[in-house]
Amino acid sequence: MTEKTFMAGFGGQGIISLGMLWVYCAMKEGLEVTFFPFYGAEKRGGIARASVVVSDREIASPLVTSPDSSIVMNLDSLPLCEAIAKQGGTLIVNSSLVKVDPKRTDLRVISVPCNELAEEIGDAKFANMVMMGALSKATGAVKLDKLEAVLKTFFPESKHKFIPMNMKAIEAGRAAV
Amino acid sequence: MELTYGHPKSLKPIQTKYCPGCGHGVIHRLVCEVIDELGVQERSVIMNPVGCSIWADLYFDFDSVQVPHGRTPAGATGVKRCLPDHLVVCYQGDGDLAAIGTAEIIHAANRGEHFTGIFVNNAIYGMTGGQMAPTTLIGQKATTAPYGRDPGEAGMGYPIRVCELLATLEGTRYLARGAVNTAANTRKTKQYIKKAFEMQLRGEGFGLVEILSPCPTNWAMKPGEAVEWLEENMISFYKLGEVKNTIDAASASPATKEATR
Amino acid sequence: MAEEKKLMKGNEAIGEAAIRAGCRAYFGYPITPQNELTAYMAKNMLDKKRVFIQAESEVAAINMVYGAAATGTRTMTSSSSPGMSLKQEGISYLCGADLPAVLVNVARSGPGLGGISPGQGDYFQATRGGGHGDYYHMVFAPKSVQEAADLTYEAFDLADKWRMPAMILADGLIGQMMEGVVLPEERDLASLPEKPWAAGQGGGPRHVSSCILVPEELEAAVRVRFARYEEVRKAETRFEEVNIEKAELVFVAYGTSSRVALGAVELAKKAGMELGLFRPISLWPFPSARLAELAAKGKRFLAVEMSMGQMVEDVRLSVASSAGAGKADVQFYGRCGGVIPSEEEVLAEARRILGK
Ligand SMILES: Cc1ncc(C[n+]2csc(CCOP(=O)(O)OP(=O)(O)O)c2C)c(N)n1
Ligand code: SF4
Ligand SMILES: [Mg+2]
Repeated sequence: MTEKTFMAGFGGQGIISLGMLWVYCAMKEGLEVTFFPFYGAEKRGGIARASVVVSDREIASPLVTSPDSSIVMNLDSLPLCEAIAKQGGTLIVNSSLVKVDPKRTDLRVISVPCNELAEEIGDAKFANMVMMGALSKATGAVKLDKLEAVLKTFFPESKHKFIPMNMKAIEAGRAAV
Repeated sequence: MELTYGHPKSLKPIQTKYCPGCGHGVIHRLVCEVIDELGVQERSVIMNPVGCSIWADLYFDFDSVQVPHGRTPAGATGVKRCLPDHLVVCYQGDGDLAAIGTAEIIHAANRGEHFTGIFVNNAIYGMTGGQMAPTTLIGQKATTAPYGRDPGEAGMGYPIRVCELLATLEGTRYLARGAVNTAANTRKTKQYIKKAFEMQLRGEGFGLVEILSPCPTNWAMKPGEAVEWLEENMISFYKLGEVKNTIDAASASPATKEATR
Repeated sequence: MAEEKKLMKGNEAIGEAAIRAGCRAYFGYPITPQNELTAYMAKNMLDKKRVFIQAESEVAAINMVYGAAATGTRTMTSSSSPGMSLKQEGISYLCGADLPAVLVNVARSGPGLGGISPGQGDYFQATRGGGHGDYYHMVFAPKSVQEAADLTYEAFDLADKWRMPAMILADGLIGQMMEGVVLPEERDLASLPEKPWAAGQGGGPRHVSSCILVPEELEAAVRVRFARYEEVRKAETRFEEVNIEKAELVFVAYGTSSRVALGAVELAKKAGMELGLFRPISLWPFPSARLAELAAKGKRFLAVEMSMGQMVEDVRLSVASSAGAGKADVQFYGRCGGVIPSEEEVLAEARRILGK
């Protein structure tokens, strides 16, 4: 099993922590992982993208150029994600911000209203966690069963009170697939 | 910052890439306003340094030359010596001028080169993401001074007062320090820039205007907080005013007296 | 027992490996894409009460390394391409004075200020002795965060063993990406090798210098050093081979581009094509002898680089000395400016060459 995921959105949407948590959990589940973040030339409010690979064997290129799955967090990212998706690949679209449908017909498109679902839980900033839940369900690549423990090491003590909300967001994402 | 109304002709009417609350944009505007007032847009060259202001060539609507990190005054020397009738603006950050380019600025100043230094002191390395600068204040945190600048045990040295350092050199004629945290200080800074540019156009020797400038992003503050932090912490250490003025002896003494504001 | 696997950025893993190898003095200057390394050292060297200095420039940093190395201290500096250019003066002096040190280049794309995206255009500078004079030093090119940590750790031992600098030539991708890494064990500082030649050891004056003004004497000293280089070639040449036996075409690639080439090998296999990968790990000494052997067996090569073609010259030199020299086929595919080639385009180039 090798799952190559391309994650795209804008700075501040939590793409980078999404990618890091995804590979962190995968590593705890015994997989090989690589995570390569990419920011635009403008570090401020610009694009945020990440190439993320998890696999049960050694990973060749860390650069995801033909993704099995893509995460489309905002409208601007749709054309690129659509263009590079593998034949028959999966596109998980944040339908809260992306109101148009992809043109390609060979893709498995999953719409998840991440922002709305996150707001229901209490804060739109959990949108990335909703997306991660959806990604887990859609690909089955990373089970996320160690997420709670991972979050404890990922966040400082002072933020541990948000962990239950993060977990709820994951569940909401799973349920949306 | 509302100084004069309308957009300077020599500054391109586009939104900058600088962070909200960054001082670079304001300083660009001051430089351009003065250039317009002096009517020298057609014969100005800006040296754009390695630092956040490397984007200068996107905004200044006149010639620019991009140089290696810190070599800005050496590059400016080459440009000015070959284009003596041009206004050459040597724009530098604190890392560029006071760390890697210390030798270049000292020797250009000491030779009395006829260009003008615009020295943007934001007490941090902006472009590379918040490392300690030579002008970082004692106790101020940076990614390479995680516990704050410590000249003692950690041996990180003391903040450098560039104008005062350069003032000892015979080649320097005009050295002033302004800030862009308030409208009043910004207006004053513009006057310093104008004096320095006029002096350059008269061919009278080396001038430099240091400008205290906020970097909210790497100070990890909101723009409003950054302006206050500058007022409370930087100005008390980096006194504002004309540090050296041998061009108009008449105005020199009162100006130095009202130094601190 | 090995430690638990950690998720780390390449830059941080290099820093931690250096500390564990017994690096007692680090000197750096900020530059993207290696800033996390300097920041890591700022925090962790200070916490351990070891020497950390953010120098005023790369020129100063490398000369601080020179001074520290002269005292026999395990020392390191790191930078990225434009900063490495500035360090060349000091590197030449380190080599001239036979001083061990570890140098890390998290390379970006040039020339000039260029861009901050990963590049491999510093190969010539790294492997040819980028400063003045007759010299070489070891250069190792990691392909992953794990290997970046392992090679950095070992580089300290090799630098001491051969009394010369050892460079880690990584790039922005290796520095910035996160992978799982099992870190090497922490060295006991008291167990590090003795350096009787170093200054400050007592027992009579020691002179650390590269200055020899009598031509015949300087020539003799350089020849002694070159004899040592021959030993290094024999002992420290490293490479990795993947599917060479069956391969119709062998990619030759190091670091990041070797990962891409490996991806192309795997894609090819799925399509029923046999391609191979030859990955130099030591760039100096370059694994020439093995390449010559493969060329003699009739292997064809495609060098893949993130440059306009630098390592490929070493591949051509290597096969030129092989039995089947005249016939050896060495082709080149490169991207530059910070563009990382995709495995698909590398495979397409292989197909074009093979007419498949
Ligand atoms: C030789 C070299 N070393 C390091 C760098 C990386 N670098 C880019 S900008 C910069 C410092 C910028 O700080 P400053 O001059 O204070 O400008 P600011 O961004 O704060 O305006 C550094 C170290 C470089 N480009 N070249
Ligand atoms: S990082 Fe600082 S200096 Fe750079 S643009 Fe942002 S606020 Fe300005
Ligand atoms: Mg600065």
